[in-house]
Amino acid sequence: MPEVWIDMLAVLDGTARLAAPLILCAMAGLVSERSGIVDIGLEGKLLAGAFAAAAAATLTGSPWAGLAASLAASVMLALVHGFACITHRGEQIVSGVAVNILALGMTVVVANALFRHGGHTPALGAHERFSAISLPLAETLREVPALGSLYAELVSGHNLLVYAAFLSVPLVWWLLWRTRFGLRLRAAGEMPEAVDSAGVPVSALRYRGVLIAGLLCGLAGAYLSIAHGAGFVREMSAGKGFLALAALIFGRWKPLPVLFACLLFGLLDTVAPRLQGVDLPLVGPVPVALVSVLPYAMTVVLLAGFFGRAVPPRALGRPFVKEH
Amino acid sequence: MALDGGPEQAGHPAVRLRGVTKRFGAVLANDDVDLDIPQGAIHGIIGENGAGKSTLASIIYGLYAPDRGSMEIDGEAAPVRSPADAIARGVGMVHQHFMLVPTFTVLENIMLGMEGGFLLGQGEADIRARLASLSRQHGLEVDPDALVDDLPVGLRQRVEILRALFRGARILILDEPTGVLTPDETDQLFTILRGIRDAGGTVVLITHKLREVMAVCGTVSVMRHGRMVGRRETAETNTAELAELMVGRTVGQAERPAQSVVGTPVLRGAGLTWRSPGGTLRLREVGLELRAGEILAVAGVSGNGQSELLDLLSGLSGVQEGHVEFAGRRIDAAHPATPAEMRALGLAHVPEDRQRRGLVLPFEARENAVLGRPEKAGPGPWTSAAAMQAHAEPLFARFDIRPPDPKLPAAGFSGGNQQKIVLAREFDTVPAVLLLGQPTRGVDIGTVETIHAEVLALKERGSAILLVSTELDEILALADRIMVMNGGRVAGTVPAAGATARQLGLMMTGAGDGAAA
Repeated sequence: MPEVWIDMLAVLDGTARLAAPLILCAMAGLVSERSGIVDIGLEGKLLAGAFAAAAAATLTGSPWAGLAASLAASVMLALVHGFACITHRGEQIVSGVAVNILALGMTVVVANALFRHGGHTPALGAHERFSAISLPLAETLREVPALGSLYAELVSGHNLLVYAAFLSVPLVWWLLWRTRFGLRLRAAGEMPEAVDSAGVPVSALRYRGVLIAGLLCGLAGAYLSIAHGAGFVREMSAGKGFLALAALIFGRWKPLPVLFACLLFGLLDTVAPRLQGVDLPLVGPVPVALVSVLPYAMTVVLLAGFFGRAVPPRALGRPFVKEH
Repeated sequence: MALDGGPEQAGHPAVRLRGVTKRFGAVLANDDVDLDIPQGAIHGIIGENGAGKSTLASIIYGLYAPDRGSMEIDGEAAPVRSPADAIARGVGMVHQHFMLVPTFTVLENIMLGMEGGFLLGQGEADIRARLASLSRQHGLEVDPDALVDDLPVGLRQRVEILRALFRGARILILDEPTGVLTPDETDQLFTILRGIRDAGGTVVLITHKLREVMAVCGTVSVMRHGRMVGRRETAETNTAELAELMVGRTVGQAERPAQSVVGTPVLRGAGLTWRSPGGTLRLREVGLELRAGEILAVAGVSGNGQSELLDLLSGLSGVQEGHVEFAGRRIDAAHPATPAEMRALGLAHVPEDRQRRGLVLPFEARENAVLGRPEKAGPGPWTSAAAMQAHAEPLFARFDIRPPDPKLPAAGFSGGNQQKIVLAREFDTVPAVLLLGQPTRGVDIGTVETIHAEVLALKERGSAILLVSTELDEILALADRIMVMNGGRVAGTVPAAGATARQLGLMMTGAGDGAAA
C-alpha cells in the first residue's frame, strides 16, 4: 500500500477523533442558539461532563455510569443557564461565562476532595472506558485495495461516542427541520412573539433547547475523559467548547456546514503537530502556533463579512418578555 | 370552513367585557372597561395613542392577563389566559407589528402551532389545500412558498389575516392595520373585512383614524386615558363628535395661513441617486428645491426612499451621485459634508425615529436638549448642569412639555412629550432648512395640534421645511407643495391646494401621474 495513502488515512482518522467532541458541542450550541439562547457555556458543560464521567467511571468501574454522570452534570449546568436566562431573563453571555468559571473551579476542587491527585482522576483501565468498536467485516475487507483499508482504518475502529457524534448531525437536522418541535424551536429563536401568539409557550421550547444542548455536551464530556482519554486532567477541555462555538458561527448555524467547520478545525488540529519543524519551500519552518490560531482567525474573518454574512437567529440573546 | 358553525345565540354579543382593569407599573392602561361587540358586525375601537386600545385587544387575545374584570365570548364566561385559549374560542388577532417569522415561508408561518402531527410532512398537504381554499374564499391570494421576508407589507398583512382565519377565527381583531398600507391597499383590506362580516364573522377594528371607522364600521367605541368614554352607531355620528370624545374637548385644525410669499430657494438637490451598503438602489435621480417660508411635504408609503433622502440631506449618509447645494456650498461625492457641518450651515433635523436617533433615552431631558448644540451645554469643553437647566427651562415652558422637569430622563416622558423635546431642541434657533421626519407619529391628537402650530410658526419666520410623513391628512394640512415618492423616484410634485388623498394615493403606487410644479 502506498505510503501517502496510509499517511492520509492516519490524518483523516485523527481528524475524526479530534473533531468528535467539537461536533457534539457544536450541535449542542446549534440547538440552544436556534431556540434563541446564546450558549457560550459549551466549554463549561464539556469540562464538567468530562470530570463527572471520569469520576463516576473510577468509582464504579463502569463507563456507562460515567456516561450517565456526564450527562447529568452537563444537563445540570444547562438548566442553571436556562433558569438564569429563560425564567429570569438574565444576560445570556454573563450566565454562560458564569457556567464556564463554575465548571473550571468546581472540577478541580471536587477532584482534589475525592481523589487527592492534584485535580486529576486516577488513570482508567480499559474496561472502565469506551473502547474501539470493530465494525463487522472490517478485518475481512482490510485486504481489498483502497476501499477496504478505508473502511477498516477510517470507518471502523472508533469508540461508540465518535459514532454518536457523527450521528448527531443528521439527527439534529431532522429534529429541527422535519418535525413540529423543530419548527417551533427555530421560530422561538427568530421571532418568539410569533410563537407566543400562535399559542405555544416560548419558555418551554427554550428549556427543551438548552436541555438538548446539555445532553450533547455531556456526550462530548464523556468522550474526552473516558473514551478518547483515560481519566480527567484539569482544564482538559482546553478551549474545545469555544472552538465549537466558532465552528457554529463558521457554519452559520446550519448542521451540515457546521459539521464541515468542525472537520476542518479537527484537521488543522491533527496536522499541526505533524508540521512541527517541517521545512516548507518558500515558507521555511512552519510556525505551529500559527496553525492552532487558524480556526479562530478564520472565524473572525468570517464575522467581519469576508465570505458573505453569518446571520445569527434574529432573537438570539434576546429574552422573551411577554408583558412590557 | 372557518367562519360558519359558530354558536348562533341571538342576542349574545360576540365579546362582552365587564370591569376590565389593567395596570402597568404606575400607568392604568385599562380602567374598569365595559365593552360589547355585536355578532356579525365590524366594530371600531378608537382612541388616541396611549388610550389603552392595544392593551384591551391584547387582553381579549390572552396576551395580557387583566388585573380585574370578566370576559364572555358568545355568551359564555371565557377566562382567556393565553393566546391558545383565545384561539380555541375562535378569537384571532392581526397585530400592529406582524407576528410572523421573517425567515420562514408563508406556509411555515401559517402552520406554526397547528402542524398536524409530530412530523411536518404529515400535515403539510392538508394544510396547503385548506390554505388555498381559504385564500380563494376571501380573496387573499398569496404564494405559500414565498419567504415572508421577501413580501411587501401589504402581503404580510394578508398572511396575518390568513393565519388567524386558518385557526378558525370567528372574531378577528385588527390592531391599527392600515398604518402601513397605501390608500388603495386600505380599500382592499376593507373589502376583505366586509367579506368576512358577510360570511358571519365578527371584526374588531382598532384604529386612530376616524375616516376609516366611518367608512367600514357599523358601531364604534371610544377610549380615552384607559376608560371607555362612549359608544356610537357610525350612521348617527360624525368625525367631529368622535374626535371630541377621543380628546375630551373640541379639536380645531391648526389655522392654515394663506400662502405666504414664496421665498428664495435655500437648498437644491439634483440627480441624487443612492445605494444602500447592500447595493440596493434606494434613491433614483431625486431632485428637489426647498424655498424659504415654504413647506415641501414628501408623501409616500414608508420605505420608498423618504428615510434615505432625509439621511442624505442631513449629511448622515454621503452623497454618491448628484449634488446638493446649500448655503453657498456644493456637496457631492467628492466634497462631502458631515452632519456637524450641515448643522453649522443652518440645517436642523428632526429624525423619523425619535427614540433611536433623536434622543438618548437614559439621559436627562436637559442633556438631550443640548445634543448637537455643545455651546449650550456649558463653558468650553465642560458641561454645566446650571447652563443646561437654564437652556431647557424656557424650552419646556414654550412647548408645554410635561412633566415640566428637565432633570428627568428622556425615557420617562410619553411619546408626545419626547417628540416635543426633540422639536424644542431643533426649533430653538430659526434654521434655514428644517428636515422634519414623521413629526406626529405616535403622538396624541392634542399634541399634534401644538406641533402643527409650531411648524407653521417656524415657516412664517422664514424656514424652509421638508416634511416627511406617512399621514396624508397631516401633509394636506401643512404642505404648500407635495412631492410624492415611489420606489426611490419622485413620482411627481403637485401644489397642495387642490390635491386630494385619492390623487396622491394613485401617485404613491405609481399609477397616477403628477404634473411638475
